[in-house]
Amino acid sequence: MKPFSKINSIVTPFDKANVDTDQIIPKQFLKLITKSGFGKFLFYDWRFDNNGQPKNDFILNDPTYKDSKILITNENFGCGSSREHAVWALKDFGFNVIISPSFADIFYSNCFKNGVLPIILDMKNIKKLLEISDEVELDLNSQKIIFGDEFINFEIDSHRKIRLLEGLDDIDLTLKENERIENFEKISSIVTIFE
Amino acid sequence: MAQTLFEKIWNSHVVVEKENEPSLIYIDRHLVHEVTSPQAFDGLRVNHRKVRRPDLTIATIDHNVPTTDRSLPMVDETSSTQIKTLEQNCNDFGIKLFGINDPNQGIVHVIGPQLGITLPGGTIVCGDSHTSTQGAFGAFAFGIGTSEVEHTLATQTLWLEKPKTFEILATGKRKNPFAVTSKDIILSIIKKIGTDGGRGHVLEYRGDAISDLSMEQRMTICNMSIEAGSRAGLIAPDQKTFDYINNRKYTPKNYDDLVEDWKNNLMSDSNSKFDKSFTIDVEKIEPQVSWGTNPSMVSDVTEKIPTPEEFGQNNTIQIESAKKALEYMDLEPETLITEIPVDRVFIGSCTNARLEDLIDAATIVKGKVVNSNVSAMVVPGSQMVKHEAEKLGLDKIFKDANFEWRESGCSMCLGMNPDILKPGERCASTSNRNFEGRQGSGGQTHLVSPVMAAAAAIAGHFVDVREWS
Repeated sequence: MKPFSKINSIVTPFDKANVDTDQIIPKQFLKLITKSGFGKFLFYDWRFDNNGQPKNDFILNDPTYKDSKILITNENFGCGSSREHAVWALKDFGFNVIISPSFADIFYSNCFKNGVLPIILDMKNIKKLLEISDEVELDLNSQKIIFGDEFINFEIDSHRKIRLLEGLDDIDLTLKENERIENFEKISSIVTIFE
Repeated sequence: MAQTLFEKIWNSHVVVEKENEPSLIYIDRHLVHEVTSPQAFDGLRVNHRKVRRPDLTIATIDHNVPTTDRSLPMVDETSSTQIKTLEQNCNDFGIKLFGINDPNQGIVHVIGPQLGITLPGGTIVCGDSHTSTQGAFGAFAFGIGTSEVEHTLATQTLWLEKPKTFEILATGKRKNPFAVTSKDIILSIIKKIGTDGGRGHVLEYRGDAISDLSMEQRMTICNMSIEAGSRAGLIAPDQKTFDYINNRKYTPKNYDDLVEDWKNNLMSDSNSKFDKSFTIDVEKIEPQVSWGTNPSMVSDVTEKIPTPEEFGQNNTIQIESAKKALEYMDLEPETLITEIPVDRVFIGSCTNARLEDLIDAATIVKGKVVNSNVSAMVVPGSQMVKHEAEKLGLDKIFKDANFEWRESGCSMCLGMNPDILKPGERCASTSNRNFEGRQGSGGQTHLVSPVMAAAAAIAGHFVDVREWS
């Protein structure tokens, strides 16, 4: 995974609560067997009309936000299905950071596995960010979102932060613990399926 | 120190624990299906990794499969490719696959328990959020993303932050246990605690009203834990649990010894503390019908659809959501639930397509005919359920009433196969999600129990099934 670096971008306001992963990537696009190419299907039913034409009133079709890497949304983002395709679609579309008052558990975890940073902020700070039309600088290392002379701090689990910053592979790290996994298997009475 | 059931399971599966960091947790069972696994197997190939424990892993094909005649070639090429990919992956990595023509094929959360693969006290994962179903057996069962599928295949472990615990205490006795089902209990719970009420927590359903339920009814409850925002929900095992798993195809040989151990250990200690608690009296629960686009938007069948303001109770986000939901659902506030007509009826899914669900629905349907404005189908949760139902003659009851009787799979719960709603079609569905477009772009889903769905199919609109039983 590529290390997560500083991001300079305008923010895309997407004021919806309880956005489920069925909306982020509808089921008809889950049949691909690769991780790439999902961006064009992001929010498909909201972005396109029945003839496949972009809906002008949908925020992600507004050219202002074409190069935005930061999505700001409302509570319980990513609820429902565990499909990681939702994160692949957001990332492929260009979003590296999602800011919300809260995230659904599985979606939140899926983000980190793909180099996408989910940031939890309170509504006061979210409202502040939504008023900014210029670019903001997002610095994971110092845990700051900087705009003009001001900044907002955000919290993140230090363990996850390091993994993002260094672009570490989870499986590589786990395999370093192989001895302990083997030991666990020896001392625990694991019941296998096939005897 | 007194521990909850979840804490006991967690503690017995910790491989690595460091302060203020996620723990490495051992996984006892990994269930794989065709939609969320291809990229995981690809990752293994690229990095020259093997599957660490094929003896703790099984796979099946459920999301994509057609529910029509399986001897015919598949029409959808991309579905066919995904299915062939899983067959190839299982072959390459030595994983037991219950394939499309296997008598044990079915929805992954239905076949796990039916085959005796799901066991109490264990950790169970699958790349599917409804893995929580299997918590009904007193296991820590939860859905994972594809990266975690790959991680589990390679290491048989996962890094997890320890969730908090949330007690859901269900007291009292249902007034009409045939018509007021476990689906109505869980929908009532979600209505109260909200779609994110359980976020960061593992739910433990407790109390006499839970003990009273059969295993299949308990699975319906645990299944929808994720709809309350919880990655997992569980129920302490009892004699019903042990009997359900006994004498299944893969029930362990030393089963009696295991049961003894489970009996002594798998319960929350009497003085254990939960981080949160919620109590519900099931005596007050009526049959539920969802009217909106998330599973907390439900009403009693005797009620009217609320106004957004009534639903939102001063919460502007909720009021806005309800407005949008009613617009999408093409419904007016203050409409009586029983006046809502339906075009389609779907009895199926990992929530409500086990044998008991079909028996109950058939009891309603027997001797009646589906309303001429309605098209209705039954999709058994597994080929085993289908076979058992046919032995009881349920297929004949449904077919005589003009229901379609299909092969097993996820089907119209999420519509990845040809079973979808057309735009504007309204469906009474026994599934778990009423999200926009879930059952087909523009389709309108109402979540109900199997008996409520069956009655709606006959009447052509929602009815209070208590009046039919």
